[in-house]
Amino acid sequence: MTETRKPLLHVEDLKQYFRISRRQVTKAVDGISFDIYEGETYGLVGESGSGKSTTGRAIIRLYDPTGGKIIFDGHDISGRLNKEDASYLRTNMAMIFQDPMACLNPRKKVKEIIAEGLEIHHLCNSQEEIDEKVNNILDKVGLSREQATRFPHQFSGGQRQRVGIARALVMNPKLVIADECISALDVSIQAQVVNLMKDLQDELGTTYLFIAHDLSMVKYISDRIGVMHLGHIVETGTTDEIFENPIHPYTKSLLSAIPHPNPIVEKKRIALTYNKDELGVDYTAGHEHVLSETHKVLATDEEFEKWMKGEI
Amino acid sequence: MAKFKRDKNERVLSIRDLNISFKTNFGVVRAIRGVRLDLFQGETVAIVGESGSGKSVTVKTMMGILDSNGTIESGSIKYRCFDKDGQLQEFDLAKMPQKEIRYKLCGKHIAMVFQDPMTSLDPTMPIGRQIMEPMIEHGYATKEEAAKRALELLDEVGISEPDKTFKQYPHELSGGMRQRVVIAIALACDPDILICDEPTTALDVTIQAKILEKIKEIQVKKNISVIYITHDLGVVAKVADYVAVMYAGRIVEKGNINEVFYDPRHPYTWGLLSSMPDVDTDSERLFAIPGSPPNLMEEVIGDAFAPRNPYALKIDYREEPPMFDVGGQHRVASWLCDPHAPKVELPEELKVRIAKMKKEAGIND
Repeated sequence: MTETRKPLLHVEDLKQYFRISRRQVTKAVDGISFDIYEGETYGLVGESGSGKSTTGRAIIRLYDPTGGKIIFDGHDISGRLNKEDASYLRTNMAMIFQDPMACLNPRKKVKEIIAEGLEIHHLCNSQEEIDEKVNNILDKVGLSREQATRFPHQFSGGQRQRVGIARALVMNPKLVIADECISALDVSIQAQVVNLMKDLQDELGTTYLFIAHDLSMVKYISDRIGVMHLGHIVETGTTDEIFENPIHPYTKSLLSAIPHPNPIVEKKRIALTYNKDELGVDYTAGHEHVLSETHKVLATDEEFEKWMKGEI
Repeated sequence: MAKFKRDKNERVLSIRDLNISFKTNFGVVRAIRGVRLDLFQGETVAIVGESGSGKSVTVKTMMGILDSNGTIESGSIKYRCFDKDGQLQEFDLAKMPQKEIRYKLCGKHIAMVFQDPMTSLDPTMPIGRQIMEPMIEHGYATKEEAAKRALELLDEVGISEPDKTFKQYPHELSGGMRQRVVIAIALACDPDILICDEPTTALDVTIQAKILEKIKEIQVKKNISVIYITHDLGVVAKVADYVAVMYAGRIVEKGNINEVFYDPRHPYTWGLLSSMPDVDTDSERLFAIPGSPPNLMEEVIGDAFAPRNPYALKIDYREEPPMFDVGGQHRVASWLCDPHAPKVELPEELKVRIAKMKKEAGIND
């Protein structure tokens, strides 16, 4: 199956370090590799500080990656960008941010915010064409055309996130990076936004990199999931593989931490703890063990044997 | 700090017909519209609702930290506690000046844990001094006693090296540790009521579970009453004995946790329960409540949830539903519970889910 599908995004040994002081370097992302295929949704989960947002930002080149290779649709977008690759990247990859209020310019009307990308990249020949595109995308995300002349503060949180989605999708990008795009919303609105993103994917065939810390939401939207911890992808696989047969103790602890709306069961349940140092797990020593074509676990040989037997 | 024992079933706090409104530049917002709620000794009550449903405003009134443009129009919040000599005293928090509440009750009797642990700690003061501060300020302990007690508290909330943490500053700690420190400060003066306003939303899922387990453990040990404010039904299921679901400033459904989760009656609760992502089902689409919450600036006629409610009856648009008693502690504000109302079945998906939940929990009916 994998051979026939072409990866849209190929990330190999991506490293993103931040120099804090002369002696101290934070290794936010420390050598991760994954592929995202066309039309699928790849979910990246992990706790805060695990480097999942940094990964997203390094791929879209909001940061300059320290090392590694990023191939996006045949274009090498790591290292110095030449003009052609840069413009290809900027028009074909888009990002949806976490806080919908902070990422929209409060002084611009929604219409201007959405049209900004089109104008900057000269993708339209006339004002009418821009208007038409903006109106189309507004219909798609479920906002009315009259709302286009309003300012961001006049919208509710869910609507603002729809504006953010419209802005990301207006240029018809191949890949959309959604960085915790539902965490700031209420539960009932979260479901609306997730459904909307799914519908748009069916309609436009967009590929998503969906970054979140909430595994249960990720399950609904992702085809494949990568679990990140401290800058490493510790386990990756299809959604079923991760949920049915988690191997890595960190994945298990994440799964056990999901609260279930079932009071009698939930009251008795105690979440698993995972402490890397207590278990003596060293991510840098481990290498990838392949369970199936899609399911991979980062471990040393001994750890892998132990975990496969179900011990922690 | 001698405390006088209360009976298990004694009412600590009772809110009656509370109405609160806020004056803004754009008009008056009626944030709370007739809330009635009781809190018993040693019990955990969870208030669930979307942002803007008025759950935070309710507890802020209890703490005397209502914003200055807010006014309590009517209603009462009766709080009963023992004073130093063991005399039972009753305060009406709705009538007391805010300053007096803060002076007499805050910290000593009612304590609060806020959402973001970074903003509720003083960045310029070591952890230890911040925990000692309320004890010394309220005259409960001398400096030496307070320091000793602070170390005990740090140990109690599950910090592994209390001596080291005692001298550290907030920025040196991780989010989960900070929230533990905030809980330690809240517990410093042995309060009767602990209010937790979204205590875990700023934290990761793995740490969230630990913090909730810790609060629960402390509550059982000290026999205090806890009010949780949250929008996460999973958290509610884990901690609460009693649930109140709020929508647009009213409590629409309340009851014992098992009653509300295994036999929900209000369409809004149905919506909330079905929009929770379920790890075990394979359905492709998530149920979403259509539309968005009403603007409370405008007068609400009838049931505030009616425009988003697929089961709305005609009367829902005309008249506000009263609280119907549906047995046990369960009360529901929906016309669907009226004896004259047509029988409405639960949504199919939710029915399946509840049946599965019951099976897991081992309930037969």
